[in-house]
This record gives sequence, structure tokens and C-alpha cells, in this order.
Amino acid sequence: MSYFQEGITWLNDPLNWTNPGGLLDRLTEHLVISFWAVLLGCAVGWPIGIWLGHRGRGGATAVTVANLTLAIPTLALLTILPLTPLGFGKPPVVVALAVFAVPPLLANAVTGLRAIDPETREAARGMGLSGGQLLRQVELPLAVPYLAAGLRTAAVQVVATAALAALVNGGGLGQIISAGFGIGMSNGGGGQIVAGGLAVALLALLVEGLLALFQRLVTPPALRVRKRRRAAVTVGTP
Amino acid sequence: MSLLLWGPALLWGPASLTPVAAPADGGPGNPWFSWRYVHENADAIGTALRFHAGLTAQTVLLALVVAVPLAVVAYWIKPLTGPILALSGVLYTIPSLALLSLLAPLVGTTSTTSVLIALVMYALLVLVRNSLAGLTQVPPEVIDAATGMGYSRFGRLLRVELPLALPGILTGLRLATVSTVALVTVGSLIGQGGLGDLILGGFRNNFYKAEILTGTILCVGLALVLDLLLAGLGRALTPWARGRAA
Repeated sequence: MSYFQEGITWLNDPLNWTNPGGLLDRLTEHLVISFWAVLLGCAVGWPIGIWLGHRGRGGATAVTVANLTLAIPTLALLTILPLTPLGFGKPPVVVALAVFAVPPLLANAVTGLRAIDPETREAARGMGLSGGQLLRQVELPLAVPYLAAGLRTAAVQVVATAALAALVNGGGLGQIISAGFGIGMSNGGGGQIVAGGLAVALLALLVEGLLALFQRLVTPPALRVRKRRRAAVTVGTP
Repeated sequence: MSLLLWGPALLWGPASLTPVAAPADGGPGNPWFSWRYVHENADAIGTALRFHAGLTAQTVLLALVVAVPLAVVAYWIKPLTGPILALSGVLYTIPSLALLSLLAPLVGTTSTTSVLIALVMYALLVLVRNSLAGLTQVPPEVIDAATGMGYSRFGRLLRVELPLALPGILTGLRLATVSTVALVTVGSLIGQGGLGDLILGGFRNNFYKAEILTGTILCVGLALVLDLLLAGLGRALTPWARGRAA
């Protein structure tokens, strides 16, 4: 029997879903970790990106610096952070994943605010809007599609890399895979490895699909034609 | 200091509060960096670094050999462009750990080939996208002029379109290289992760910080060195772009 079939068989066993540490437990863990990581990433990336985009200076430098994080292996942060005062458990995993969520969020926020037609901005100034009013009433609404694009890229990347937390015992769906390797190929672990792989892959694709839909919903029809200039950073480490 | 001893205990639950045995050197500390560790394990570190660099080079070269012709096909046969880009986007969404765990049982759970296939796939996607972007950015007037000068389809491709697409291809090459260096570490899932094996090994070896950080520093350093080399190569290959870029 091929490993793929073994994986399907494993997925068809309801106990594998409902057991403690089974698929449902791990899925919840995975989603909770991802949620906090994305939230933390937004809390850091958006204010900085929006401020830099509003100011109009320093944006390119920030984006370059943020892109440098591409060179840091996720595994390195996942192993280093538990040894810092963050301690073991969920917090270091959340922080490690948030670090990789910041670049797309920040870069897209900067791009979104910079991509606004300067004439629009000048018209708003001419109508007597202050800096804060300009930001709230003109710039932010126009940047929403870009912010959504950044959120989508960041969330998909976090959900994908959260699987790696299993290598350092951090929980999440990756734990199914590493447990499969623990069982060993000769003892039927192959099916579990494949099943875990399928679960992680499907979850990532599902999140990507849902957020693509969300991004479409929050983009006003008039702005949709320009979606080609959408994302500033599309490449992360899968 | 206390944190260091209590950290591992917290992981295994509050029941076992006894400090875990001290790390390898038996000294009072578990330093973030130790020359002694580097000195005593120079062989293992060197092997891991060579493996890491070798796997990265293989991946990028293989991906380049496949990606450029694929991009040319997508460029020539316009109806294929959309599907190829969409498919590469979907494939890039698949997490590396998932791909590796789907490949490893089939190809071999301890073989480098499983890691190589997964890495080539991701690098391929970045390269195809960027090469295609480079090719589609060639101005139509230039293509018209080349055709008017009597270039055949292949001649035009080799002498006009590919050279003009070179900046796009090189950007893709740099992105692919840097992300491949970072991605190789995921191979430590099956013990084929190069410097990733050091990082994970240090974590499993009683949270030996020096080993983890040595692996990390070398990994980031390798990525930056390769990126700079490729940037230099790009400058050498596209002398006409220098004035404009500045």
C-alpha cells in the first residue's frame, strides 16, 4: 500500500481526530498560535508602516531592512527565543512567527500609502484637512486594499511556518508530522507523516483562499483594476 | 542565570523543578557564543557548512536550468502565462514542512534527494515568476526593431530578450538563493538540514546555545555572502544598467 493511501486511511480514523493531541487539538493549537502571531505582527508592522508611508520618507529603507529577515531561518528563531527571557511554551513561538509576519505587513502598508495619487493628497490638504484628518479620512481608506494584501501574505506565511514549531515541541499541526517520524517508517509512521503533511498543506491553501476572498471584499470595485501593483513583498519562506 | 536552569524545567512541566544537567563544557554558563565550541567542533561545523552551501548551489543551478526555459515557453505561448503563474502561486503556498513530509516517505526518509526536490520546487517558482516578469517587461518597440533587423525567433531571444530580462532573472536568482539558504534548515526534520542540523542539534542537546547561535550566524552569513556575490555578478553582467540604477 502506498504511503498516500496510508495517509488517507489515517485521516479516515475518527480517533486520530478526536484523541488528545489528535488532529483537532493540534489544529486548534495551530490556529491559536497563528492568530496571536498575526495580531502581534499587525500591532508592530502596521503602525510603523503607516507612519512611514504618511511621512513619505524612510519607507524604502524600512522595507529593505524588513526584507533582510528573509535570510534568517525560521528554525533559528524558534530555537533561540525559548532560551531568552520569553521562556518555553507558546510565547516564543508566537514572537518568532510574528517576526516573519512583520515584513509583508510593513512593506504593504508603506506601499499602500505611497501609492495614493499625490493630487488626492493635495486636494485634501487644500480642503483644510490636518495631518491626522488626512491620514484617517483619506489615506487609510485608500490604503485598505494594500493592508488587506499584506494581511493575506502575512497570515498565509504564519500558518505555513507555524508547522515548524513542532521541531522544537511548540505544538501545532506539525506535531502530527514529527510524531509520525517518531513512530518510524517501519511501524506505520509513514501514513501519519503524509496525513500531517496533507493537513498542513490544506490549511495553508484554505487560509490563502479565504483571505483572497476577504481581500476582494474590502477592495472597492473602482480600485480593483489596479490590483497588479498590489503586493510589495510577495516572497516569504514557505 | 536562574532562568537558564529553570527554562528546561518549565518545558517538561512544573513537576520536575530540578535543574537539568549542565551543558557540554560543564562550566557555570551556557554562553551564547563560545570560541572553544567552534574550535573543538571545527570539523562538524565545516561539514555542515559545506553541505549547506553545496545543497544551495545544486538547488539554485537545477532550478535555473529548468526555470528559464519554462519562463520562455510561458512567454512564447501567451495562453500558458496565466495558468503557470497561478499554479506557481498555489504551489508556493504549500508549507515547506508539509511538502517535505509528503516527499520524504516516497523518496527516502534519510536521503538528501527529498530535501533537494522540495527546495528546487520553491526556488523554481520564484525564478519562473521573476524571469517571466523580466521577459514581459521587454518593450514592444525593441522587439519590433529586432524583428525588423532580421533576427529569428531564437536569435532575438538569445541576443535581445534574454539580455534585457537579465535584471529580472537576477533578482529572482538572489531571492531564490537567500530563501533557499534559509529553507535548507527545514531539512533537519529528516537530519539533512546542514546548518539546520546544528541549530536543532543544539536545541536537543540540552539547549546548547553556542551550537544554535553558531549555526544561525553561519546560515545568515552564507545567505548574505551569496547575495552579495550574485549582486556583483549582476553588475558585471548588466553594465548598461549601472548608470540608470544609480
